[in-house]
Amino acid sequence: MPNRKSMLHYFLKRLLSLSLSLVAASIVIFLALEVVPGDPAAYMLGLNAQEDTLQALREELGLTGSIFQRYLSWAGGLLVGDFGVSYTYRTPVSEMIGDRLWVSLPLALYALTLSTLIAFPAGIWAASRRGSAADASVMGVTQLGVAIPNFWFAMLMVLVFAINLRWFSAGGFPGWDAGFFAGMKALTLPAIALALPQASILTRVMRSSLLDTLGEDFIRTARAKGLTKGQALWRHAVRNALIPVLTILGLQFSFLLAGAIIIENVFFLPGLGRLVFQSISARDLIVVESVVMLLVFAVIVVNFAVDMAYAWVDPRLRRRR
Amino acid sequence: MSLLDIQNLSLSIHGIPVLKDVSMRVAPGRILGVIGESGSGKSMSAFSVMQLLPNGTSCSGKISLAGQDVLALSEPDLCRIRGRDVGMVFQEPMTALNPLQTIGAQVAETILVHENVSKSEAMVRAAEALRRAELPQDKFPLSRYPHELSGGQRQRVVIAMAIALRPKLLIADEPTTALDVTTQAQILELLKKLVSEDNMGLMLISHDLAVVADLADDLVIMKNGEVVEAGPADMVFRTMQHPYSKALLAASSHVPDREGLVQEKPLLKVQNVVRDYVTHTHGWWGKTVHFRAVNTVSFEIKKGESLGLVGESGCGKSTLTRAILGLEEVQSGEILFDGQPVFTHNHANLAVRRRMQVVFQDPYGSFNPRWKVERLITEPFHLLDNPPKGAERDRAIAEALESVGLTAEDRHKYIHEFSGGQRQRIAIARALIIKPDLIILDEAVSALDVSVRAQVLDLLADLSDRLDLTYLFISHDLSVVRSITDRVLVMKSGEIVEEGPTGAVFDAPKHDYTKQLVAAAPVLPADISAA
Repeated sequence: MPNRKSMLHYFLKRLLSLSLSLVAASIVIFLALEVVPGDPAAYMLGLNAQEDTLQALREELGLTGSIFQRYLSWAGGLLVGDFGVSYTYRTPVSEMIGDRLWVSLPLALYALTLSTLIAFPAGIWAASRRGSAADASVMGVTQLGVAIPNFWFAMLMVLVFAINLRWFSAGGFPGWDAGFFAGMKALTLPAIALALPQASILTRVMRSSLLDTLGEDFIRTARAKGLTKGQALWRHAVRNALIPVLTILGLQFSFLLAGAIIIENVFFLPGLGRLVFQSISARDLIVVESVVMLLVFAVIVVNFAVDMAYAWVDPRLRRRR
Repeated sequence: MSLLDIQNLSLSIHGIPVLKDVSMRVAPGRILGVIGESGSGKSMSAFSVMQLLPNGTSCSGKISLAGQDVLALSEPDLCRIRGRDVGMVFQEPMTALNPLQTIGAQVAETILVHENVSKSEAMVRAAEALRRAELPQDKFPLSRYPHELSGGQRQRVVIAMAIALRPKLLIADEPTTALDVTTQAQILELLKKLVSEDNMGLMLISHDLAVVADLADDLVIMKNGEVVEAGPADMVFRTMQHPYSKALLAASSHVPDREGLVQEKPLLKVQNVVRDYVTHTHGWWGKTVHFRAVNTVSFEIKKGESLGLVGESGCGKSTLTRAILGLEEVQSGEILFDGQPVFTHNHANLAVRRRMQVVFQDPYGSFNPRWKVERLITEPFHLLDNPPKGAERDRAIAEALESVGLTAEDRHKYIHEFSGGQRQRIAIARALIIKPDLIILDEAVSALDVSVRAQVLDLLADLSDRLDLTYLFISHDLSVVRSITDRVLVMKSGEIVEEGPTGAVFDAPKHDYTKQLVAAAPVLPADISAA
C-alpha cells in the first residue's frame, strides 16, 4: 500500500471530520447564546425601553428574521471574517479579537514551549533512572507544581522578580510596537506561571508513558541485539512513548489559549480571557459568541494537528480503514 | 569443547532463589531442549546467558560462552556479545518488534550496532538475513512495518535479527508457543536448517515435550529452578528416572476417563450459517467490502456429546462461537438450541441463552480483579428470571465451587489469590452455576501447564458424566481435542472442511488441510508415549 496515498486519505478524512465539528459547534454556540438567554436588545436598553426603540436596536444588531436566517448570516459572516459589531463598544468584533489574539496566542505558545522544554528532558531523565533519588525528586517537584495554584505562584514571582529584583515589570503589555523583546519580556512571567503546572503534568505523563514503553517486549529485543540501555531508550522507547504525551499537549494548548483568564488578570494583560470576562459582565453577547467560536476553532484545529502528529509518529494509523 | 557451558549456576532476585545449581551445555551444531513448566526457571537460565536480568538479581556459578566468562564481563563487553555471539528469539512475536520502525531498519540495527558499516550496506545484509529467514524481498520488502505481517512472519523477522551476524549460539525461548500448528512446524524447520547451515548451537526452551522431542539432540528437564533430568534426548526419554519427568510425560499424553453417553436427540443445530463483516469502504460513499468469516456452516451437537472444533487463528472459530451464543446476528441460515432460535428480535434469546455457558482461554484476563469469587461466579444469575436468593443462593455457590474441586469458603477470596489452574476451575464454576446444558470451551486449557491441563481435562470429563453436560471444545491443540472429544469439525477459512469421529479423522484425515494439520502437530515418538 503506497504510504503517501494512505497518509493523504487519513489527512482528508480528518479534515472532513474537522469541518463537521466546526459546523456542529457553531450551531450549539449560536443556539445557546442567541436563543436561550432571550433578547439582547432588552438587556441593553433595560426594563423601561420603548417597543419601537427596541425594534430599531434589534434591526441594527441584525436580530430580526427567523433563527435560521440569523444563523446563516452570522455563520456566513464568520466565514469571511466578519464577526459583527460589538453591542457595547460599537466597534467591529474582529478588530477587538484581533488585538487580543496578538497577546493570547504568543502567550500560549510561549508557555507551551517552556512546558515542553521542561517536561521532555525531566520526564525522560526520571524514567531512565526509575527509583533513584533523581526520579524521586522529579516526582516530588512535579507534585508540588500540580498542587500550587498558578495565580498564587504568579503573585510570588511578581513579588520576587518585579518588586524586589526589578527585572520585570509587574504587569501590563507594551504592545508589539515597542519591539519583539519588550513584548516577550512582558509575557515572560505570565508564561512561566502558566507553564509550570502544565510542565508538571506533562513530565509525569512523559515519565509514566516511557516507563510503560520500557517494559515492552521490543525493548528487550533491542537489548538482546546488543543495544545499551541508553540506545534502547532513545531509539526505541521515546517515540513509542509520545502518543499519550501528544494528547496531553494538545489539550494543554487549548487550555492555555482560553484558560489564562486569571493569569491575564494578575498581570493586567489585554488577552482573550479578559475580553470574554468583560464581555460577559457587559452582556456583549456577540463578542462572547465570537470569542467562544474562535476558541472552539482553535481547539478543533489543535486536535487536528495532534491527529496528524499521531500519524507521523505511528505508521499503524496511516493505514486505510 | 562446548560452546556454552553453564556450571552450578544459582540465581536469586531480591534474595529469593530462582535457580539452584543449574548446569547445562550446548555444543556447536547441536540443539539443547530445555523443558519445564511455568516458574521452573527455564527462561531465567536463558536470560542469564545474555545477562538481561531484572534489577536486584545476583548470580553465582559459571557461565562460559565460547571461552569467555560471561559473569565476569563488564556491561559494555556484554553489549558487544549480545546480538553478535548470541542471538535470541522470544515467545511473543506480536510484541517483540518495535511497531514504529520498518522491519529492514530493525534487522539492520543488529549489524549497525556491532559493525562499522554504512547504512546502505547494513540494509543489503538485512535483506540477506531476512531471505535466510525465508522472507524474500520480492514479497516482504524492507519497508514493511510489523503490523503488516502475521505472527509467523514477525517471528521470522525476529529470527533474522538474531542470526544477522551469524552468532555462535541462538537462544529460542518458547519461539512457537504463540503460533498455529502449521506455522509452528515451519518455524521449527527453519531453526533446524539455520543450525545446520551455520553450525550454530541452539538452546530451545519449551513447555511442550512433543515440540522438543522432534528436534533436540540433548535434553534438560527443569523444575522449581533445578535440573531434574539431563542427557542425550533419546536416552532421557527412555531412561527417565525422576518422578517429575515421568509425571510430565504422563500428563503430556494424558487421556481422561469419560463415558460420554450420547443421546440421539440433537441439542444444538447450526444450519447454513453465514456471517459477514464489513471490513472497509471504498472511498467515502462507495461500496462496502465484506469479509465472510463463516461460510455456510452446518453441524449438530447431540445431547451429552463432546464436539471438537479445530482450525487456525482467523478461521472463523470465534465468530462462530459468538453466533452460537446469540451475541451477533447471522446474515443467513439459522442456529437452533433445543429447537428454539438463539437470536430473536435483535438480541440473544434469553430462554435458551441461559442454557449455554462459555469458558475462555485466559485465566488472568477474564475476571474482574476487584470482585470476590462469590460475585464472579454468580454473574450468570442475571440470565435468570428468578435468581436464587439467601440460603438457596449460598447452596448454589457452594455446590458450584465444590463440583470443580474448590471449597465453599473460597467464595470470600479475590481472584489474585488463585493459581492459573484454579482460576480456570473458577471459570468452570461460573459456567456451571446456572446448570447449563451446553458449555463452550474456547481454548479453555491452552494457557495451562501440562500437568494442570491434565487435571482440568479430568475435571471436565468427570463433570460431563455427572451432570450430563454437552461440550463444544474449541482448540488449536489436536492432542487435547483428541483426548476429550467424540467427534471433531475441522474449520478452514470459514468453512467446515472435514467432520467425523475424532479418532478416525486424526488417524486417517481425508481433506488436504486436515492432513497438513495432523502432519504439523508435534507428537512424541510412539514408543515413548506408549511407555
